[in-house]
Amino acid sequence: MADLLFTNVRLIDPASGLDQPGELLVQGGLIADLGPSLGRSDAPMLDGDGAVLCPGLVDMRAALGEPGYEYRETIASAAAAAASSGVTTLAALPDSLPAIDDPALVRLLRARGEETGSLAILPYGAVTRGCHGKEMAEIGLLREAGAVAFTDGRRAIGDARMMRLALSYARGFGARIVQHPEDPALADGGAATEGELATRLGLPGIPAAAEAILVARDIRLAQLTGGALHFAHVSTAEALMLIRRAKQDGLDVTCDTAPPYFDLNETAIGDFRTYAKLSPPLRPEADRLAVCAALADGTIDAVASDHQPRDADDKRLPFALASPGGAGLATLLGVTLAQVHGNGLPLLRALDLLTARPARVLGIEAGRLARAGPADLCLFDLERIWKVEAGLLPGKAPNTPFDGRALEGRVVGTWKAGRRVFG
Amino acid sequence: MRYPHRHLLAIEGLHPPEIASLLDLAESYVLLNRSGKTQRDLLRGRTLINLFYEDSTRTRTSFELAGKRLGADVINMSVSTSSVNKGETLLDTAATLNAMRCDLLVVRHDQSGAPNLLAQKVSSAVINAGDGTHEHPTQALLDALTLRRRRGTLEGLLVAICGDVLHSRVARSNIHLLGTMGCRVRVIGPPTLIPAAAASLGVEVFHDMQAGLQGVDVVMMLRLQRERMARGLVPSAREYFRFFGLDAAKLAWAKPDVLVMHPGPMNRGVEIDSAVADDPLHSVIGEQVEMGVAVRMAVLDVLSRSGRNG
Repeated sequence: MADLLFTNVRLIDPASGLDQPGELLVQGGLIADLGPSLGRSDAPMLDGDGAVLCPGLVDMRAALGEPGYEYRETIASAAAAAASSGVTTLAALPDSLPAIDDPALVRLLRARGEETGSLAILPYGAVTRGCHGKEMAEIGLLREAGAVAFTDGRRAIGDARMMRLALSYARGFGARIVQHPEDPALADGGAATEGELATRLGLPGIPAAAEAILVARDIRLAQLTGGALHFAHVSTAEALMLIRRAKQDGLDVTCDTAPPYFDLNETAIGDFRTYAKLSPPLRPEADRLAVCAALADGTIDAVASDHQPRDADDKRLPFALASPGGAGLATLLGVTLAQVHGNGLPLLRALDLLTARPARVLGIEAGRLARAGPADLCLFDLERIWKVEAGLLPGKAPNTPFDGRALEGRVVGTWKAGRRVFG
Repeated sequence: MRYPHRHLLAIEGLHPPEIASLLDLAESYVLLNRSGKTQRDLLRGRTLINLFYEDSTRTRTSFELAGKRLGADVINMSVSTSSVNKGETLLDTAATLNAMRCDLLVVRHDQSGAPNLLAQKVSSAVINAGDGTHEHPTQALLDALTLRRRRGTLEGLLVAICGDVLHSRVARSNIHLLGTMGCRVRVIGPPTLIPAAAASLGVEVFHDMQAGLQGVDVVMMLRLQRERMARGLVPSAREYFRFFGLDAAKLAWAKPDVLVMHPGPMNRGVEIDSAVADDPLHSVIGEQVEMGVAVRMAVLDVLSRSGRNG
């Protein structure tokens, strides 16, 4: 493993609050040292020209096309997209085909991640067999095999008793349950957030309250069971208010959101744009503003890519029939930095949401610049301008909801265990 | 003629002069039709395809007649006989129709936005003949023409649209058109059949027929599909008729010279009583059908102009 000395970089480590110009030395795939000036070294030097050097990003929610949907994305193509965004650790959703409900599948996915050499894949285990919501999966065995947490992916655990059992049982194994917070009966058949726009377009609506209703129920179940609970891609003001209060009450409740929910509102689906059809659906502007506020005040613990690769045929359909989901890996850092440039989110806090905090939610050692820790690094130019173009992004999936969006801040290089994997 | 668009996908977004000029042209076709003449030179050699993904008798026939009276070659493709049932996607169908060099494509589809999707991919002019619960623009135009001929103007009319507004593309197109042309619009129905955001479309919402029909110039009844009962949105047909079905007693709450409209096909005894539907003093339901042909002739005429004279 080649050694490397980063010079003239802005070191940012959200876990320790570090933000200063300096240098960082990589030796044997590990961070050997970092500081304002490291003195002489024999290692080859890389002049960062003032770019930010931060921990490799931790994406706590992404769907891989494998197994079962290789036409949408492969692990190799997802790893390329991840590296382009500085992501070096990724938690993969289990609602694949087959679902990740068997310990052997967990081991397989971890091994496939190692084979990429650029991306650690931490598989979620299914909460229920096949993610069908009926019988509990072997949470203990899955955990032992290395499942990072448990979820049924895009499917909400709708049955209250099942959710209670899962929270209660997983607690015994120190595992967190991750919920897609959307009441399934209220969301059934819906394609857009209920309201004026959906009415005008004649699209079946999902009331925004479908999110708050499940969040309220599950917070109560977390209280009942003492279980650890995480809400994925939270998108409404009302749900965020409930989560904020649960945290104040001392419950072990965490949540993430995804860039579309703080960068776009429902008008992005205007004229039936299926690339902006997501699950949960995009919301009115007031909800988007509430998500921005919750990023700033710490209610939201993480920003995840919520990567849902789709191919063109999944999307070239009448809106209600098109498959929901957006590609998110390649734009994760760029769109999050838009909050820094355009909305006053402190850079340190933004990067915290992409590194140390998701690592803490998942209970993993990643997302920090620690001496003797793995040299998973992201070097990015905070000011470099680029434009999102669907079909030209790294990875296989063309379905970005951000097509045409101009962004400020681009990755210059990504390193996994000291090896350059992007740039 | 002020209609600068390539397609007719929706009423929403059209400006008053565009709507007015379509109605003016349709007016001239009413006279032509009544005179028993045709104008077969207008669309001679042009191909009109009726692409219907949903069953329809009157709309399809109306477009077919309109096309034939203007001399177009009309082809009907319906879901049961086409390759659609063999799993061909909408866009593959579009590519096929493109290769056949169709000039005017009339589409009905059970999905909102399907004509918009087709319009992006085909070179022909696309006419929305009803898409899901989105819009049915020619229905709103024919309703407007019927009203304008009866009342001289649309300006200032008070119109009540009654029934299943939530699932009605006819209601949406009419709300946009009537609002744009200066009518006041009310919607009346049980809360489960009225969109939560109805008021934001610029209409007044009523859940009681007596209050809602008070003083209205026009009542537009909407069809209630059996499926709504199956999904529990209303408990039964008889309960619906009791509270929201239009009979002579309820109609008495409106202005004495009120006009009654229905886009058809009617469910007699569910949303409308036969005595009202067939009452020549109020019902203009038959006239709506006549206006439908004229309006569609006007739309075909306008949308084929760019191809006819550059």
